[in-house]
Amino acid sequence: MLDWLPPSISTVGGEIDKFFYVIYYITTVVFFLVAGTMIYFLIRYRYKEGREVKYTHGNTTLEIIWTVVTLVALIVLALVSKPLWSKIKQELPPSSTVVQVTGKQFNWEILYPGPDGMFGTEDDYQIDNLLHVPVNQVVHIKLKALDVIHSFFVPVLRLKQDALPGREIMMWFEANKPGEYEIPCAELCGFGHSGMLGKLIVHSAEDYDAWVKSTWPEN
Amino acid sequence: MSEAAAVKDTPIEHAHQGFLKTYIFSTDHKMIAKQFLLLGLVMLMLGGGLVMLLRWQLAYPDKPLPLIGISETYMETGETETAMDRYWDEQFSKPEKEQSWIATRMPAGVISPNFYNTLFTMHATIMIFFVVMPILVGCFGNFLIPLMIGTRDMAFPVLNMLSFWVAVVSGVIILIGFFVPGGHAATGWTAYPPLSADPTWTGVDWGQNLWCFSLIFLGISSMMGSINYITTIINMRAPGMTFMRLPLTIWSLFIVAILLLLALPVLTSALAMLLFDRMAGTSFFNASGGGDPLLWQHLFWFFGHPEVYVLILPAMGIGSEILSVFSRKPIFGYHAMVYAMVSIAGLGWIVWGHHMFQSGMNPALGTTFMISTMVIAVPSAIKTFNWLGTLWGGNIQFTVPMLNALAFVSMFVIGGLSGIYMASTPVDIFIHDTYYIVAHIHYVVFGGSLFGIFAAITFWFPKMFGRMLGSKLGKIHFWITFAAFNCTFFPMHILGVGGHMRRIANPLQYEFLQQFEGLNIFITMSAFTLGMAQLIFIFNVFYSMFKGKKAEDNPWKANTVEWTAATPPPHGNFAEIPTIYHGPYEYNAPGIDEDYLPQTSQATIATDGNGKQ
Repeated sequence: MLDWLPPSISTVGGEIDKFFYVIYYITTVVFFLVAGTMIYFLIRYRYKEGREVKYTHGNTTLEIIWTVVTLVALIVLALVSKPLWSKIKQELPPSSTVVQVTGKQFNWEILYPGPDGMFGTEDDYQIDNLLHVPVNQVVHIKLKALDVIHSFFVPVLRLKQDALPGREIMMWFEANKPGEYEIPCAELCGFGHSGMLGKLIVHSAEDYDAWVKSTWPEN
Repeated sequence: MSEAAAVKDTPIEHAHQGFLKTYIFSTDHKMIAKQFLLLGLVMLMLGGGLVMLLRWQLAYPDKPLPLIGISETYMETGETETAMDRYWDEQFSKPEKEQSWIATRMPAGVISPNFYNTLFTMHATIMIFFVVMPILVGCFGNFLIPLMIGTRDMAFPVLNMLSFWVAVVSGVIILIGFFVPGGHAATGWTAYPPLSADPTWTGVDWGQNLWCFSLIFLGISSMMGSINYITTIINMRAPGMTFMRLPLTIWSLFIVAILLLLALPVLTSALAMLLFDRMAGTSFFNASGGGDPLLWQHLFWFFGHPEVYVLILPAMGIGSEILSVFSRKPIFGYHAMVYAMVSIAGLGWIVWGHHMFQSGMNPALGTTFMISTMVIAVPSAIKTFNWLGTLWGGNIQFTVPMLNALAFVSMFVIGGLSGIYMASTPVDIFIHDTYYIVAHIHYVVFGGSLFGIFAAITFWFPKMFGRMLGSKLGKIHFWITFAAFNCTFFPMHILGVGGHMRRIANPLQYEFLQQFEGLNIFITMSAFTLGMAQLIFIFNVFYSMFKGKKAEDNPWKANTVEWTAATPPPHGNFAEIPTIYHGPYEYNAPGIDEDYLPQTSQATIATDGNGKQ
């Protein structure tokens, strides 16, 4: 099943995948243990006229063991998940590149602040659905929504964040492989939800400079 | 139980009443149970039918449906070839307002994007609120509570009748929604505003309003039902039926009634706010007016998560019951099972935020909800281990109800384990809103609740209708369903891992989802098989109801009190209110000649077992 994961091109993608693998291996083992035990019991104790049945109402020691083991395993999983979650969603590593992305029915409106680095000035550049970013650099996204809730989803970055009308949500990513990738909307946003699709263009350092030069030629 | 013993035993004398009082406005809990069952089965076919259309679109996006769609010749040359071609020709020549119901939703037999959204919205709404709840809670709650606790009827029979008829009103309202201009609700069963709060965003006007009204009525119906269940279980247990002698089915229904009583008012208030936003210009959920879209999500999921347990707890109770009966063995860890259900009911109130990890809620809360969510997995694990313990050392009979109960256990295990992925917040970032979630919910609600429903119907059918359910057809239905179910829903995990979003009408619009076209076709074919197999079940139920073999009073040799009643039980259930001497699961008890010991039997168990009851 793991082969189906899309390639990961972000600095945190590999770490998320690692958690995925760990949970995958644990749950697969647990499943086969439970299913195997069940199938064994079903065969071993299938109906036979006059079979001696174990008359028991349970076993307190067993109950305590499997409760505590499950509880500890799950709490540990939660605790080890926490730092990565905080790193992705609660921390904001410094960056000089910030882009505003606004979800609207049914496009991603991308706003670049231009060379002055400030939104709302004359050198802002706005375009639908094309998100240009440099490779190997932290990029900040200021996420907004115009009308209804959308969800900014980049499978290869393992990044997803709902865009809410009335709020600005800051998030970040660092792509480590140039290329063109899809940005679908992951939250139902109306009849055009299917097909609401932006494009993430991760440029190599030179390409990014070239794109900046062609977009703001006078600077 | 002094208060239970103090209940006055007034035999019900008006057993012979007119047709209307017997079959329509009945106050007999058993008739009301059958009415809920009929409602649920009819809605099951509707909810299943909707999803067949949806699966067609996902496998063959934007292709005309077979039979009703236009032909290829017509598409290529414009020449009408079939009768449907002529029909479509005629429809297209009319102005849009005069076109038929089908033509406005599926022009030329192709499912329109808005109708697609209606399909998944109504599939979920109908399956959750009009199939699983009416059957598990409405039907089996009604049928089993008085019979299993040994009393004559519910505490408030008239309220019980009202509860059903209000549910019918709610069902009629939801059906009318399909025929109003603008189409039915199309914002998902979760109806997130602002999308659902303003008709401008969807073009759906009265459809969404009726959806709200319908669920408000259903909330009232559930409220009446749950008050009745709680009162009946607390006050009307037969003498000797202590809480710790209650069958686990009754425990589960008791807990569910409490959850419904506390959770539904939250949904009702949220729906009222949504209606105000839609119709009166308020801004509860509208940011530009000072409201907050996230408020809805908090309210909805504060109701929604206990609701998930409302759907699964009765199936857990029923599964335990059947596993014990057909293993001919006491349930393993009865007390642990009860405490597990009680703790699910408690923890169920503090996990709602796990539906909102990516919603924009403060991410610090994500960690809190991750921990509570991990903890709530523990009682479910305890139950699973105890089910295995029940099978261990038994004498297992593979009857139709047992097969369905075993499927329930194993499918619930998959549904439970897949939940752990989402509970881990970093992994959820990727799989949230993908088919992974769709796979998970169907393993819980179909694999869990619906197999629980099949188990319950096949198990109690003899007592309900006085006839045996055909076991050959029952087995055929079970095996096809079990195989087709797994072929339908297991591959959805793979779609989810590949990043396939839920609620998209056309996966082929995305480059990274092209590779899943074949898998989507396979899923659709499996879903069609799954749907067809349910017709076998429906046929079996209605055929056996009239033509089945006459059932004896206790065909499964089970212990619980309902099997001591006549078959089918008359008005008032018991000739005399029974007295209870044992727990519900004393199978193969030492010192007893038979391999079962009815709760009403006065025989004593030799004390070399380690039982406490």
